[in-house]
This record gives sequence, C-alpha cells and structure tokens, in this order.
Amino acid sequence: MSLSIDYDRKRCDFCGTCVAVCPADAIRLDEADLSIDEDRCVACMACVAVCPLGALKEKA
Amino acid sequence: MRTDFDIIIVGAGPAGAWTAKTAAEAGASVLLLEKDREVGVPVRCAEGVSEKGLKLIFDEIPPRWIARTITGGRLVAPNGTAVDAYPDERGFVLHRKIFDADLAAMAVSTGATLLTKANAIGLVHADGKIAGVTVECLGKPVTFHGPLVIGADGVESRVGRWAGLETAVPYEEMDSCAQMTLAGIDIDPTVVEFYVGQDWAPGGYAWVFPKGEDSANVGLGVGGGFTGEKTPLAWLEGFVARRFPGASAVTVVAGGVPTAKPIETIVTDGLMLVGDAARQANPLTGGGIVNALIAGASAGQVAAKAVAGGDVSAKALMPYQKAWHKGEGKINKLSYKLKQAVYRFSDADLNRTAEMLLKVPENKRTPFQIFKTALINEPRLLVDVAKIFIV
Repeated sequence: MSLSIDYDRKRCDFCGTCVAVCPADAIRLDEADLSIDEDRCVACMACVAVCPLGALKEKA
Repeated sequence: MRTDFDIIIVGAGPAGAWTAKTAAEAGASVLLLEKDREVGVPVRCAEGVSEKGLKLIFDEIPPRWIARTITGGRLVAPNGTAVDAYPDERGFVLHRKIFDADLAAMAVSTGATLLTKANAIGLVHADGKIAGVTVECLGKPVTFHGPLVIGADGVESRVGRWAGLETAVPYEEMDSCAQMTLAGIDIDPTVVEFYVGQDWAPGGYAWVFPKGEDSANVGLGVGGGFTGEKTPLAWLEGFVARRFPGASAVTVVAGGVPTAKPIETIVTDGLMLVGDAARQANPLTGGGIVNALIAGASAGQVAAKAVAGGDVSAKALMPYQKAWHKGEGKINKLSYKLKQAVYRFSDADLNRTAEMLLKVPENKRTPFQIFKTALINEPRLLVDVAKIFIV
C-alpha cells in the first residue's frame, strides 16, 4: 500500500503532535526528522487534522 | 560506556528529570535519555505555572527560573468584553530552557547518568520481560539494559505503546497549538491574557503570557475537530495581526496539548509513564509542569523501592498509579468534565458570561467562579453540564 499522506519536511517543526494521535503507531520522530511507516498507516488522517503547521496533507 | 542500570528513563523534560533525581536520591542507578542535543530546547510551552504549585516541590525558587511574576489575569470574550481578575495567588512565567536544564543538572548531581542525542527506538525483552531500551546514538543502535523502563517521552510518547498501554489521543481531543514569542509589544507585564471564542481559537483559546517588559509568549490552541483548511499557525497569525499589529516574532514553535479523558493505566510490568507521556496535563487549562513534577517525585520513589526489592511487576509499581489517581489525577478527571461543558458554550454564551462576571468583585473572579456564574445565569447550560457530570 502506498502512503496516502504527503509530508513536507520544510514545514515540519518536529513537535510530535501527529505521533500522539496516530492510532496505528506508524509515525517515528527524531530530533529533526519524521517518517511514516506506510505498512502500518491506516490512512485515517488524524495526523493531518492536528498538524499545527500544515506539514501533513492528504495526498490528492 | 556503562550500559547496565536499575532504571532507564526516556525523556529528560521536567517529568523525566524529576523522576531521575528522586530515584537516584533513593539509591537507584539511573540512566536518563534525551533525544535532542540539548535538554530544554526547543521550548514547546507557554511557560505559565502557579507559585503555589511550584512551592509544592521546591522550598526555594531560584530567581533565574522566573521570567515574570504574574498578579492578574484577563479573560476576553468573543465580543471583546474584558474581565480582569486579581486573585490572591501569584503565578510565574518561567524560563523553561533554564528550568529544564537545571532539573536535569540536579538529577545528574544526585547521581543519574544523562545521555543526550539518544533517541529510544524500542524496548528490549528477555525471558518475556522488559529488560532495557534500544537507543539510536549518532545513527548507531545501542542497547541499554535495566529491569525498569520509565516513559517520560512527552506528548509524542511511544514507550507506553511498546509495552501495550493505550496512550493514543483521539484527534478531536488534541489541541493543536502554535506559539510565537513576540518582542517590542505593548502589554501589561504582570497580567496574563486569555481569549476565547470561535473567532480567536475554536475548541481552544489564545493566550498572552508576558516574558519581559515588552515581550510575551503569544499562542493558541485549536481543537483537533476544528482545524480543517486553516492551520493553528494561520489562526495565530490572524490573532497577532489583530492584537499586536506589526509585531515581530523572535521564535515560532508548534505543539500539541492533549485535552482528552485522562488514562487509567500508567504502569505495567517493568514500565511506568510520567508527565505528558502519561497524559497528565490538565485537560481544561493545558498546564502540565507541576503535575509532571508531582508525578515524577512519586514515580521516582516507587521505582527505586521496586528495583531495590527486586520486584518491578505492575503490582509493585501500583502505588504510583494509585497515588496519581487519588491526587492530581482526580482533579484532571473533574477538569475534563468541565472542559467538555465549557466547549459547548457558544460565543453568545461566553459574551453573556463575561458581562455577568463584571459584576463579581475582581478578587473573586476565580476559574470556579467564572464557571458558576456561567451556569447560574444560563440555566440552559446547566442542563448540558448536568448531563456530562451524571454520565
């Protein structure tokens, strides 16, 4: 399954709000990096809803 | 490098540092891990705390922790009606960067080992039990061994989930926040301001917390169910344009504050959660510093006793969970219900409440009084609130 979320690293502040709401524990945060495990992602868009900076978007 | 410890704590914010300090003081060997290169940075916090709360933990409060002493609060309704309150209690806006670094230094002075740029990536098991943490240090995986792991890894916590604890926050109950530290602005540096209503910050509130004579942490949180196309940062830019037109931001940070129903289970075999990782911030106000310290002190004591006795089972760790739910946890449960009620108030309700509050003496305008006034004057809301409290 290909990832249904677009991630814009330039907008990201690495705050981890997306990690907290991910029901599938699919997001990994480092000091200045974020990665989404496409095999775990359930495309629920919870992370998109709470991203304070619009760094996560639903893929068009 | 030493790799065996009694207790491994993931996250060196106030919760982790204070747990480490308490456990080390009680004789445990403690490793404190921090994923960032520096403790206390970036500051994802409005930095407000009550004097009474800090004094529960510290006999003396070093002046270097305090950016401003706060003596008043101003609540601004959607229509601009401002209600000023001057309660007996004082508050502080902290320098979290200094505060956090000092707490971590205190943990180290007490005997804890601190490791920065150490990102925990998973638990280690042996014989079906938790036996340590795998950490990425400068791109390489390193394993640290210890029978007891404590997750103090903040709002983005994963440690609890690795051990099967359900800590994910429903997105509708996550306040998504953005904050700027503005300089050269015209404020009363002794007063914190709160703005409520759909126009300012739907499902949350906007705040102005003074940091200096003419600077402040200015931010807002938007409920996860209200974000849509407009990001919290965009809401904040709108707020700043109206309240402080032309102001410059020294810093901009993002973050999330869970305002969800508090979680019950914060310990399991070989593992405990403290601070934001345990969802211990107050769901109504978003304040979490004092709760993290209270929980840390309790967790540290229980943890040290458990490892000394060679029993780190959930049962042995349970005194911490019980103490939490008897104390601050109880207040959080009540605050969650209040939050559910307050979030049902329409802008018109909030405006009317503000008008009514102006008739209450300034030193009597406590959050409880605000709530009481709202209910007495709006019996319709009382029905809504009763529903929440009875369930």
